[in-house]
Amino acid sequence: MSVAVNIPENMDLIYKYPDALTEVSTHYCPGCVHGIVHRMVGEVIDELGIRGQTIGVAPVGCAVLAYKYFDVDFVEAAHGRALAMATGIKRVNPDKVVFTYQGDGDLAAIGTAETVHAANRGEFLTTIFINNAIYGMTGGQMAPTTLPGMVTTSSPTGRDCAVAGYPIQMSEILAQTAGAAYVTREMALDMPSIVKTKKAIKRAFQCQIAGLGFACVEVLATCPTNWNQDPWASLEWAKESMTEHFPLGTFKMTDAVKALKWRD
Amino acid sequence: MAKELLKGNVAFAEAALRNGLEAYFGYPITPQSEALEHLSGRMIEEGRVFLQAESEVAAINMVYGAASSGVRTMTSTSGPGLALMAEGLSYIAGSEVPAVVVNIMRGGPGLGNIQPSQADYFFMTKTAGHGDFHPIVLAPSSVQEIIDMVGLAFDLADKYRTLVLIAGDGSIGQMMESAELPPMQPLRPEPDRPDWAIVGAEGRAPNLITSLYLGAQNLEAVNLRLQAKLQEIRENEVRYQEYEVEDAELLLVAYGTVGRICTTVVREARKAGKKVGLLRPQTLWPFPDARLAELGARVRGVLVAEMSAGQMLEDVERAIARQAPVRFHGRMGGVVPMVDEILADLDKLDEETR
Repeated sequence: MSVAVNIPENMDLIYKYPDALTEVSTHYCPGCVHGIVHRMVGEVIDELGIRGQTIGVAPVGCAVLAYKYFDVDFVEAAHGRALAMATGIKRVNPDKVVFTYQGDGDLAAIGTAETVHAANRGEFLTTIFINNAIYGMTGGQMAPTTLPGMVTTSSPTGRDCAVAGYPIQMSEILAQTAGAAYVTREMALDMPSIVKTKKAIKRAFQCQIAGLGFACVEVLATCPTNWNQDPWASLEWAKESMTEHFPLGTFKMTDAVKALKWRD
Repeated sequence: MAKELLKGNVAFAEAALRNGLEAYFGYPITPQSEALEHLSGRMIEEGRVFLQAESEVAAINMVYGAASSGVRTMTSTSGPGLALMAEGLSYIAGSEVPAVVVNIMRGGPGLGNIQPSQADYFFMTKTAGHGDFHPIVLAPSSVQEIIDMVGLAFDLADKYRTLVLIAGDGSIGQMMESAELPPMQPLRPEPDRPDWAIVGAEGRAPNLITSLYLGAQNLEAVNLRLQAKLQEIRENEVRYQEYEVEDAELLLVAYGTVGRICTTVVREARKAGKKVGLLRPQTLWPFPDARLAELGARVRGVLVAEMSAGQMLEDVERAIARQAPVRFHGRMGGVVPMVDEILADLDKLDEETR
C-alpha cells in the first residue's frame, strides 16, 4: 500500500513504507516501540516476498489491534491463546506462513501453557514476543515479567517476589523444549539493537519457511506511559534494568537454523 | 452401506470424518475418549489433521484457528472439558466461524462422575460462554441418530457460520448398537474455501477474523446482526420427533437417552389404556416452543423427564405457558430413570388432572 513517490532520475528509492503494513496511524503511545517492531516484521515479510501467504495472529494486550497495521490476513485470538489458534491455522495451511505477535501478559501469564506446548510440539510458527514488564492495555498492572521492586498499579509498594513470584524468563524456558529451533532475546531500544532484532526476526520467519521448528524472538521493549517515564528515560531504564533480569542472547539455535542461507 | 455394531463415540467420530472433517483437536476425557482415540488413527490414515492438545482450552482455540481457515473442524469432550472451552465457544460465536463440538455429558457438578447425565442443558443452550449468543444444540437419542446429527451439525455450522453443539450423554457415547455410517464425502478442495477464510491475502484485500468491535454502537450493530441470524435459525431449524401424540391426553417431553426411555413409557402406558404421547426435542436450541404451545392447549397435563434437576423443564414451562400443569421427573448424578418410575409419575399426573 505504498504511496506513489516521484523519484528524480538520478536517485534510488532506498527507504519506504513496507508493503506488508497499512498506511494508518497506530494507536500506540509516544515512545512505545511496538511501531518499530511492527515495521521490522513488515520489512521482513516484504523482503521474503510472503505477504500473500502470511497469516498473523493478534494477541489481547496493547497489540490487540495489530491486524489494523498489517496488510495481511489476520485473526484476533483470545487472551493467551494465540499459539493454540496459530497451531490450528498452520495445521490446515501447512504451506502458509503463520506468526503470532504477543505481549508478556498474553504469552507469559495466561498463555504459558499454550506457548510452552506449541514450542514443544515444534510447531512451524514464528512468535514475536514483546516484553515490557507490565500490562499496558489494562493500565499498568504487574506482569509476570515485572522486575523485583518495580511499582505498578497492582504492586503499589513494588513487586515483592516472596509474594508475587519472580520475573519469568520465557526464552530460557522455551529454549529447553526439544521442538524449539530458534529462541533469542533481543531489544529494540537503540539503533544497533534494532538492526540486530530485525535480523533475528528474519531468521525466525526463515526458520518457519524452511520447516525447522518453532521460533521465538523476545524483544525487550518500553512502556513509558505505565512506567511513568519520558520516552528517552524509558529507553535508558530498559537497557540498564531489564537486561539485568532478562539477559540478551540466543538461547537456542539448531544447526539447521545456523545453516540457513540468508535471502536478503 | 450396511449396518454394523458400533459404539456411539466411535460412530460419531467416524461419521464426522466421512462428512469431510479436515481437522480434529481434542483432549481425553471420559466418557468420550474413544472418539479421540478413533480419530487419532483414522485421521492420520486419511492424511488429515489430528492433534491431541495440552488442554481443552488449547483444543477449542485450535478449532477456532482451523475454523477461521474455512475447513470442517471439531472437538469432542464432556462437561468439565466443555467448561474449559467456554472461552473459545464465545469467541467462535462472536467471530461467526463454523465449528462443531460434541459434548458427551457426565454427572456433575465438579468432577462429579463418569455416568450419563443431562445436566449441561442450561450450559449448552443458554450460557455456553460470555455475551449474547446461542449455539445450535442437537440432541441424539441413539447411535444412529448421533451419526446422522454429525452430518447435520456440519451442514448447519457452514450454512449459518455458527457454532453447533451435539448434546450426547454417557449412554449414547458408550453404548453399542446396530447403525449405518454415511458414505465417505470428499474434502472441500482448498480453492473452494469460503471467501471470508484466512488463507493468505494473495490477490485480494486481507481478511480478518475477530470478535473485537470497539465502540458501543459498532458492537451493538454486530449483536443485532447476530440476533437476526439466531432468529432465522429459530424459524427454520427446530426439529423434534413425536410419538403417539395425535390423541394424547398426557404429554411426555424428554430428549436424548431419556427420550428413548420414554418411548417405552408411552407403550406401557398405552397398554394400560392411558392416552400418552411423547415429544422428543431433537434441537434443544432452537427449542420447539410453537409445537409445545399447540400441544399444551389440548392435553390435560405435561410430564418432563430429564437426567437433571429440571433444566429443559424451564423451557417446557415457558412454552406451555400455564395452559396445562407441567410436572417433572428427574434423576441426577448419573442415575438413569427407569420406565416404572416415570410411569408412576404419569399416574400421579393422570389422577391430578382427571
